Amino acid sequence: MKTIALTGNPNSGKTTLFNKLTGSNQYVGNWPGVTVEKKEGYIRGKNVDAKVTDLPGIYSLSPYSPEEVVTRNYILQEKPDVIINIVDGTNIERNLYLTLSVIELGRPVVVAVNMIDEVNAGGGSIDCKAISGELGVPVIPISAKSGSNIDALLDAAMKAEKTPDLSDRIYSVDAQISIAKIEKLIRNDCEKFGLPVMWSAVKVLENDGMIIEQLGISGERLAAIDQIARNFEASGTIGDRETMLADQRYRYITDLVKRHVVKAVKLGDQTLSDKIDRFATHRILALPIFFGVMALIFYATFGPIGSFFSDAVDILINNIIAEKAMSFLTSINSPEWVISLVTDGVIPGVGGVLVFLPQIAILFFFLSLLEDSGYMARAAFIMDRAFRRFGLSGKSFIPLLMGFGCSVPAIMATRTLENERDRRMTIILAPFMSCAARWPVYALFISAFFEESRWLVALSIYALGIVAAVVSGIILKHTLFKGKTVPFVMELPAYRMPTYSGTLLRLWDRVREFLIRAGTLIFSMSVLVWFLSSFGKGLSMVEPGKSTFAAIGKFIAPVFAPLGFGEWRASVALLTGLVAKEAVVSTMGILYGLSDAAAESGNLIPIIRQAFSPASAYSFMAFTLLYVPCVSALAATRREMNSRKWSLIAVFWQLGTAYVVSFIIYQIAKLFV
Amino acid sequence: MDMIKTLKDLKPGQSGVVTNIRSRGPIKRRLIDMGVTPGAEVYIRKTAPLGDPIEIQIRGYELSLRKEEAKDILVELKNTEALQ
Repeated sequence: MKTIALTGNPNSGKTTLFNKLTGSNQYVGNWPGVTVEKKEGYIRGKNVDAKVTDLPGIYSLSPYSPEEVVTRNYILQEKPDVIINIVDGTNIERNLYLTLSVIELGRPVVVAVNMIDEVNAGGGSIDCKAISGELGVPVIPISAKSGSNIDALLDAAMKAEKTPDLSDRIYSVDAQISIAKIEKLIRNDCEKFGLPVMWSAVKVLENDGMIIEQLGISGERLAAIDQIARNFEASGTIGDRETMLADQRYRYITDLVKRHVVKAVKLGDQTLSDKIDRFATHRILALPIFFGVMALIFYATFGPIGSFFSDAVDILINNIIAEKAMSFLTSINSPEWVISLVTDGVIPGVGGVLVFLPQIAILFFFLSLLEDSGYMARAAFIMDRAFRRFGLSGKSFIPLLMGFGCSVPAIMATRTLENERDRRMTIILAPFMSCAARWPVYALFISAFFEESRWLVALSIYALGIVAAVVSGIILKHTLFKGKTVPFVMELPAYRMPTYSGTLLRLWDRVREFLIRAGTLIFSMSVLVWFLSSFGKGLSMVEPGKSTFAAIGKFIAPVFAPLGFGEWRASVALLTGLVAKEAVVSTMGILYGLSDAAAESGNLIPIIRQAFSPASAYSFMAFTLLYVPCVSALAATRREMNSRKWSLIAVFWQLGTAYVVSFIIYQIAKLFV
Repeated sequence: MDMIKTLKDLKPGQSGVVTNIRSRGPIKRRLIDMGVTPGAEVYIRKTAPLGDPIEIQIRGYELSLRKEEAKDILVELKNTEALQ
C-alpha cells in the first residue's frame, strides 16, 4: 500500500479532492498537541491501494503556524511515498509558491491543477505539459468538483518517483553558492537527523530557527553561517535573506506563468465574486447583511425548527426510552441502584446532551455553507476591526454568537478559525456567552428577587457575560497570549457554490464525532456524577443531602462565603450544575426538600428568598453564568484545545473570573442593599 | 509622476508596485509567502465597513490585511485613475 499526502493552499479544493478520492472511507482526528485537524482515508481501486493523509491547508512551509509545522514535519518524518500538491488553477501564481517549497522537501510530487474547467470557461488556459517539463514533476489538470481526470492523477501518483532539484533555475548564482557552502557545513548533521540536505540548507539560509535548532547549529558554525548569509544579503538590493529567497521563487513563478498560462482575469477586473462583494462587503450594507445572516442561522438553530427537533429527541429519550428502560429493569427485578444508574444517571446525562444533536447538526450545516461558499472570510473581514481590540479576529464572532445557544457547538465552531491562538482564546471566552441552559437559574432568582425589573436584570446578566469576555480578552491579550499576535493577512477566496456531498460529509463528521463523545466521555462523566450524588460513605445509596457531593459541598462552602452564598446547598447545586447548568435549579429543589415538579412550578421561591439576599442572589447568578461550563462543554474544550495544559488554563480562567466577578458584585452590592 | 507611498496611504481604486516591506519577523514572512514581494503589482479594492482592514488584489487574488500591516509595505504609485 502506498502512502499519499495531500497538500495545498486553503481554498484550493483540497478537501473536495480528498472527499472524491476517499468517499466516506475517512477518519477525522487531531494532530498531536495542536488544534489542527488530521484527516485520513483509503483509496481502494483497480490499480490503486493507498492511504491518503489530508495535510492542513497552508500557503508556505514557514515555521510560524502550527499548520505549516505539522505539514513539513509529517513530510520529513513520515516520508510519504508521494505528495499530491493541489493547485488552484484560477490563482496559480501564489499556489505554485507552495509547490516549489514542497518539491524542495525531496519527496516525489505530483501537481494537480484544480478548477481547470473554471479556468477554461473564463477564457484562460494553462499549458500543464509545458509546466511539467519545467518543474520536472507530473502536472495533471483536474476538476475535483466534477471528478474529471482524477484517474489520470491517481495513475501519475502511483508511478511518481522523481524528486527534481530546481535550485539552479530558481535561485540566483549568489544564493546557490551560499546554499552549497551551508550544505557543506550541515551535511553530517542532516544525515544524522534524516533531513534532506538541500532543503535544510535553504531553510538555514532563510534563518529558519526551527531547523537551526534541530540540527544543533551553534557557536562557530552559526557564526560561519551568519557570515555566508551576510555576504548573500550584500549581493542584492532588496534587503534580508528571507525576502531575497522568496523574491527569487516568485520571480521564477512569474516567469513560468507568463510563458505557459493565459489568465482570464486582469488586475482590477471585476469578477463575479467582486460583484457579490459589492453588496457583501459594502460600506453600509455589509453590516446589516452580516447580522441578517447571523440572525437567520441563530433563528434556524435555536428557534422553532431546532427546538422542534430537540423537543422530539427529548420526548423520545426522557419519556419513551426512560419509561421503557424503567419498566424493563423493574420487570427483571434489577436492584435499585441499577435502576437509579440508568434512569437518574445515564439517561438524563447522555440524553441531556443528545437533545442538542439536532441543533448542532443544523448549526454545522449552515457553518459548512458559510465556509464552503467563501462568506466566512468576508464575515471576518467585516468584523475584524471590532474584535481586534480584545485580542481576537473577525472570525471569532460566529463561535461567540453560538455560545448564546449552547457552548458545545460554539467551542466546536472554533475550528473555522485558521489561527491556533485565536482558536484557543475563543474557546476560553465562548462559555462566557450565556447559554440557554443557564436561563432556568436566572428565571428562578429573578422571580424571587427582581420581579419588577425582570428584563433589565436578565439583560444585565447577558451583558455581564459579554463584558467578562471582552475584559478577559484584553487581559489575555497582554498576558498569556502576549507577543503572539498574528497578523491579519487573510485571503478572500472567490465565492463558490458549496457542493452537496462536501457539505453533507462535513456535517456527518461533526455529528459522528458528537455521538462518539456522547457515548464515551459524557457517558462516563454521567455515571461518575450520578455516583457522587447518589452514594455516601460506605458505598450505600443515600439521598442527595448525604451524598459524597454533599460532603464535598459542605467542605467547599466556606470558599463561597465572601461571594454571599457560603451555604452548602448552593455549593452542591453548583457542583451538579457541571452535568448541565439547568441542574442547578433541580438540585436546589431536591436539597431544600421539594420534588422536581415543585421546584419547577415555583414553590422554591419562598425558600430561596430566605436562603439568599438580593445581593447574594445576583452574585450567585453571576457565578452560574461565568464558572466552568457543563461537562459536555468541558469535553468539547478538551477535544478542541487538544492540550491538557490549555484545557486547564481555560478551566482556571473561567473559575477565577467567576469568583472575582461574584466577589466584587457581592461586596459592592452589600454596601447598598 | 511616480512616487513612493505606503500601502496604507493608497485609496481604493489606486494601484502600485511593491518596492519594499519594512515589517520584521513572522509578519514579514507571512506577507512574502502570500506573494507580497518587491515587484508585485497591487490594486486597492476597498476598505472594510468599520474602516479596517483593507482588501487588495495581488497576483490574481484578493487579500485582506490590516492597516497596521499595510503601513509597512512601500509601493510605487501608478497613474491609474482609468482603472477606477
